[in-house]
Amino acid sequence: MKELSLNILDVAENSVKAGASLTQILLTERDDVLTLEIVDDGCGMDEDIVRSVTDPFYTTRTTRKVGMGIPLLKLACEQTDGSLTIESVTQEANPVEHGTHVTATFHTDHIDFTPLGDVSSSILTLIQGHPDTDFLFRHQMEDRVVELDTRELREVLEDVPLNSYDVMEWIRGNLQEQYEMLPEDSNPSGED
Amino acid sequence: MKSLAELQAIKNRMKDKVVLRDGMEGARVVVGMATCGIAAGARPVLNAFVEGVNKAGLEGTVSVTQTGCIGICQYEPVVEVFEPGKEKVTYVKMNPEKAQEVIEKHLKGGNVVSEYTIGTVAV
Repeated sequence: MKELSLNILDVAENSVKAGASLTQILLTERDDVLTLEIVDDGCGMDEDIVRSVTDPFYTTRTTRKVGMGIPLLKLACEQTDGSLTIESVTQEANPVEHGTHVTATFHTDHIDFTPLGDVSSSILTLIQGHPDTDFLFRHQMEDRVVELDTRELREVLEDVPLNSYDVMEWIRGNLQEQYEMLPEDSNPSGED
Repeated sequence: MKSLAELQAIKNRMKDKVVLRDGMEGARVVVGMATCGIAAGARPVLNAFVEGVNKAGLEGTVSVTQTGCIGICQYEPVVEVFEPGKEKVTYVKMNPEKAQEVIEKHLKGGNVVSEYTIGTVAV
């Protein structure tokens, strides 16, 4: 993968496939360490499956017998001396609080660190493909935070789909403005 | 700032359109978005279709959706076009420029861009 944002898109798809109603994509940058967390409330995986998903020869797909999503994310973090952990609780084990929590850490000053790339585009792609599930995206940088919660948008939009073109353009613009906003500009009064 | 008030305005404007969309029976553009597709560049191809279809004024008749692995990973990014009463067209090794051409010639003009289809590329 050329950008980490593509790994994010790929692995978050697994959460949607696991029947998640909310998938959280959390990025935290601090002291040359980037932490990526993908947290969902999907059906979860038992211990055997958790162990085997980092194996490229395990996959849920039916068209062929290899699955490279998690192995590629593992490679991307381990090649920076980071690590990947997966915690999961199945719906059978806990009918109320189930789901999967993937955590990947990266050393951003490592020469083999893959640039994050266009995360906004990945978030938009997820929303475009899955307008009926919710996503919470939060990118915590040293000096600012970019955040988007589709549950808040849904409240305003009611039955207008999140993947309507105008809505997608609004989301794109909103994320772009949040990324471009300088820390000193972020006055709480909200005046331009 | 892209405010929630602005989103509210979009919602009010869209409300009537939604009803129209439900009854539509037009072309369906499906982009393969599994690991293989994503790694090969499917994200910009999908975006090109979403944006291009809207700019061409086809949003009422053409829907753009995503799917998993289609099974021909070596030809990704793969895009399938389904039209009622016609045979499925499979475009392979796509990029945003080719996507634009497919929108203009195929979705708008009604002519399949055969040079990008699997039948031509795979031979």
